[in-house]
Amino acid sequence: MRSLLNFLLRIHFLLLFILIEVFSIALLVNNNHFHKARFVNFTREFSGNLYQKTTDLKQYLSLVEENQQLVEENNRLLNIIESTYKSDEIFFRSVNDSIFNQRYRYTSARIINNSVNKKHNFITLNKGSLQGIKPEMAVVSGGSIVGIVKGVSNNFATVISLLNLDYKVSAKVKKNEYFGSLSWDGEGYQTAILTEIPLHADIQVGDTIVTSGFSSIYPEGITIGYINDFTEKGGSFYEIDVKLSTDFKNLSTVNVIGNLMQLEKIELEEQNLEND
Amino acid sequence: MIKLLPRYIINFIILVLIQVFILNNIQLGGFVNPYLYVLFILILPFETPNWLLLVVALLLGLTIDLFSNTLGMHSSATVFMAFLRPQVLKIISPRDGYESETLPQLRFYGAAWYLRYASILVFSHHLFLFYIEVFKLSNFFATFARVILNTIFTLILILISQYFFRKDTRR
Repeated sequence: MRSLLNFLLRIHFLLLFILIEVFSIALLVNNNHFHKARFVNFTREFSGNLYQKTTDLKQYLSLVEENQQLVEENNRLLNIIESTYKSDEIFFRSVNDSIFNQRYRYTSARIINNSVNKKHNFITLNKGSLQGIKPEMAVVSGGSIVGIVKGVSNNFATVISLLNLDYKVSAKVKKNEYFGSLSWDGEGYQTAILTEIPLHADIQVGDTIVTSGFSSIYPEGITIGYINDFTEKGGSFYEIDVKLSTDFKNLSTVNVIGNLMQLEKIELEEQNLEND
Repeated sequence: MIKLLPRYIINFIILVLIQVFILNNIQLGGFVNPYLYVLFILILPFETPNWLLLVVALLLGLTIDLFSNTLGMHSSATVFMAFLRPQVLKIISPRDGYESETLPQLRFYGAAWYLRYASILVFSHHLFLFYIEVFKLSNFFATFARVILNTIFTLILILISQYFFRKDTRR
């Protein structure tokens, strides 16, 4: 005990120095964010390096197992690719629209042929009558309009693109419900012309144009595009330049929408015509 | 010994004031900032007990830290320097040791001795201070250049101060 005390007395200077120095550095590290961050970083890096070393070693020891796992994983992924390629996944999604009492059925399809540079553009889909596609179904992509199914074979369907001079769709201004007829003018795949909007309708550049739902093909409210420009034409109507929200240049998958009550509606309307 | 106390207290205050209000505002070329306050550790009498040396160094460093908002940085460097002082004094002692009634000042042991004494301690202080300031060893040489430059500037100031105080401390 005595010798220990003597020893401590002998090195008291060193001990005191260490004590005070540790105190100072503790002050430094705790009160300066920069030093604190660096200190923590240093310790973290140190421990991280150590962990890295041990992990490297462990990985090396389990290489055989790892390889086996990778082979199995590869096989599994290859199988998945094979099956997706061959299978013609058919899935239907039903939407029950309680407001308009309409039923729409959605099918996904892949575009296998498309053009935008002709005056009468058509799109070909990889699904046909065997997968439940019928003529007069609507085709949309990501909630914006693409076209309408024209003809179907067993496994393929042709779609009249919106970019077709023969094609007209009933459209309306989303914010105030004024409806008109939209058609392509054959000038570039990004614009179309909306006519029959009366002059007293309040429209602005940038307003959204959506489908009206009157045609019994499209559900109501599918986006067509945005007003780009408008001019007065023929005294009582606007001619509106619409920038299409669908990019026909990079379409790949689309949804085909079938209207289950289309027939009923058409029959009713024809009855009315006959009665008149 | 005890009659020196008021003088050292005044020295302490004057050095801290000079350091904080004048030298800390000098930024020659962006990174030269002399630290004259270490002079206080240099001028302490030979007979100062070792523990007092460390405590005084801590007090001095903390005072500077409080003013420059770097709590712990200057104090650790100054304590380090104070720790080295007894060894350095022992190593560079003249052949017949230090006479009583003398102080570690230029006029007692000559310019050569004083320069060695001051440069070793100032250099060690600056070395510790600048490396703990950047707190890493990358950019080692850039920091080292700062250490050298600042040591030179501090030494120049210390030598000037020696001539400045000369008349005053003759009594």
